[in-house]
Amino acid sequence: MTRFSWFNVTSLTLGFAFLYLPMVILVIYSFNASQLVTVWAGFSTRWYGELFRNEEFLDAAWVTVQVAFYSSTIATVLGTMAAHVMVRGGRFRGRTLFSGMIYAPLVMPEVITGLSLLLLFIGIGMDRGVVTVVLAHTTFSMCYVSVVVSSRLVAFDRSLEEAALDLGASPFDAFRLVTLPIIAPAVISGWLLAFTLSLDDLVIASFTTGPGATTLPIKIFSAVRLGVSPEINALSTLLIGIVTVGVVTTSLVTKRAAVQRAREEQAAQRAT
Amino acid sequence: MVNEKSFAPWDDPDARPLIRFERVTKRFGDFTAIDDLTLDIYEREFFALLGPSGCGKTTMMRMLAGFEEPSEGQILLSGRDIAHVPPNKRAVNMMFQSYALFPHLSVWDNIAFGLRREGKPKEQIEARVQEMLRLTRLEKFARRKPHQISGGQRQRVALARSLAKAPKLLLLDEPLGALDRKLREETQFELMDIQEKTGTTFVIVTHDQEEAMTVASRVAVMDEGRIVQVATPDVIYEAPTSVYVADFIGDVNLIRGTARARDAGPAPEPDAAAPEAVDPVPGAAAPLPQPEGRRPQPNAMGKWLHDRVLYRILGRRPDEPRQLPPPEPARAPAQPAPAPAATPEIPPGGIEIRWSEDTPPLIAANGDPALDGKPVVLALRPEKLGIARERPAAANLLQGKVIDIGYLGNISTYHVELPDGTMVKAQITNTRRVSRRDITWEDEVWLSFSPTAGVVLEE
Ligand SMILES: Nc1ncnc2c1ncn2[C@@H]1O[C@H](COP(=O)(O)OP(=O)(O)O)[C@@H](O)[C@H]1O
Ligand SMILES: [Mg+2]
Repeated sequence: MTRFSWFNVTSLTLGFAFLYLPMVILVIYSFNASQLVTVWAGFSTRWYGELFRNEEFLDAAWVTVQVAFYSSTIATVLGTMAAHVMVRGGRFRGRTLFSGMIYAPLVMPEVITGLSLLLLFIGIGMDRGVVTVVLAHTTFSMCYVSVVVSSRLVAFDRSLEEAALDLGASPFDAFRLVTLPIIAPAVISGWLLAFTLSLDDLVIASFTTGPGATTLPIKIFSAVRLGVSPEINALSTLLIGIVTVGVVTTSLVTKRAAVQRAREEQAAQRAT
Repeated sequence: MVNEKSFAPWDDPDARPLIRFERVTKRFGDFTAIDDLTLDIYEREFFALLGPSGCGKTTMMRMLAGFEEPSEGQILLSGRDIAHVPPNKRAVNMMFQSYALFPHLSVWDNIAFGLRREGKPKEQIEARVQEMLRLTRLEKFARRKPHQISGGQRQRVALARSLAKAPKLLLLDEPLGALDRKLREETQFELMDIQEKTGTTFVIVTHDQEEAMTVASRVAVMDEGRIVQVATPDVIYEAPTSVYVADFIGDVNLIRGTARARDAGPAPEPDAAAPEAVDPVPGAAAPLPQPEGRRPQPNAMGKWLHDRVLYRILGRRPDEPRQLPPPEPARAPAQPAPAPAATPEIPPGGIEIRWSEDTPPLIAANGDPALDGKPVVLALRPEKLGIARERPAAANLLQGKVIDIGYLGNISTYHVELPDGTMVKAQITNTRRVSRRDITWEDEVWLSFSPTAGVVLEE
């Protein structure tokens, strides 16, 4: 066993403090009885109660979840299809260009993505609202899904698909019955990634939103501009809790599934 | 193995092949994987494609299964060009080199996969899967996933899955590559059994010549995208048409020399009068290839240590060639032969092969006299040579010293060095116990073979 040196301990402490101290403070103050954010006046869950009586926040939360659900689902379908074509589609002219272009939004500044989408929606005369936010989120999270799924497909033994075709399955059936179940963990993590990306997006949503489509990040941001209320702290604490639970369980589940699949697949491919 | 039953559609001019490759060429970019290949395979055949790795065997299978299209030429299945038929519409199934079992499906569902795609009624599917499970003795494992069964069982699942749809043609790409020897042999017989029971045409790819000889009705030997010879296993073994095939299939002694036509009349004395001076022909007495040289050898230090010190404890290295001491200068170049026994009957005709200045030519009564004057190779299977201490009565004799004896249990291989340095292998069945065999290292021996024992091949 290696012992932690003084240096290691210090850098670890500093690093984690840097990462988590702000959040810890936020969580503590969400249980503050006082109206004032920075003055501690004893423990209370009062702000949580207030939060659940605040219609505006609840509406925004509902919009956010809907947007995240639809956009991540559409992005998963499109991103998986794109990944499948890029990895399996054989050679065609400009293939490298195409696969490069799929990943481009990954590095594009969000402001530019948001602005260009806004211009597009105005250009085609589309009323801004939930639909436009869903479309915008689909656009940028699709490439994340396609990255996740194609890294799984690259490692996937092509002969399984060929075996399915050989046994009389149509290409679509081969994908549905063989490829998809095997790459399912990657598809699910892609979906979760898209879902979280959509949940916490502020910039693109601000550009493409319209009346009746205020998402939670937009709501929080505008509320904070009027002053930080303990309600916001409570809301943020809830979000942190949800995200933590979600991330931990999905990473555990997908990792186990991935390990299991990899083992099964390897075993199924070769004897002894 | 000889086909007892007279199943030989390839000899029947009226038989229509199930598969016909017609001048098929397959290129990958600039690389030609299959080169202008023409081949017929008949119904109910167990056809083996044999060749070194990379010679294009898998490519041929993939063209039959529909995963590759020929660049040129046609592939006909029952007389129909199948170039544009997609794999899922062909009455051909393939057992993949990697098995390609679906890891998320049970053994049962793997086997049922193809049947379900046909949309058959449930009871029929169930009955068929049961039948396949019985055939491959997998009933007990039907509910298991592929990773929960052994390698041999997986291989049987792959076989059952590809047989389930009762294809016209079953392709097996090195199906037994991953099995150990015993399981492999068992499975070979199982395959032959299944092939006979189902009447399916099998095309099997292998790089193992023993496997091809065991299972196949015919064998095609391939080299760099071409077929070098197609014939029944016994013909491939006994009558190869090229040095490549002779060398690829089994052990062989290759003696290079120059052909001379023999009188077709009464046989002359085998080595009458003085051996006339033979004009030296380039390459006439080329040294034989020595297949022994490939083993890993100890380095000089290791060798020295072993030979000086360690052999007392460890014994001789198993692969150590038993070297003779260098010949003393006083030794006569040719040993005075003991009085020859009665000369055996030598059929007239054929050719004789001059291969060394000091020895009488070898007689190959089955050689083509038209080869007169050409450089030829006499291919001799080691088991066709006799070995004796006394000069036997035989048409062809070679004299040499035993350098090494490879003991393989049922047979022994004697490595004999001829006076000019060529090594010849002779294989003898061990009918007696080793301790009682009379030939041992460094013995002077006579190798003998009949005038029809070898095959004469053009270089
Ligand atoms: N898809 C491909 N692209 C390029 N070259 C290939 C492809 N498939 C096979 N080859 C080449 O064709 C040759 C024959 O391959 P293969 O049929 O797999 O040989 P075998 O099965 O006899 O070992 C090899 O040299 C291989 O590199
Ligand atoms: Mg191969």
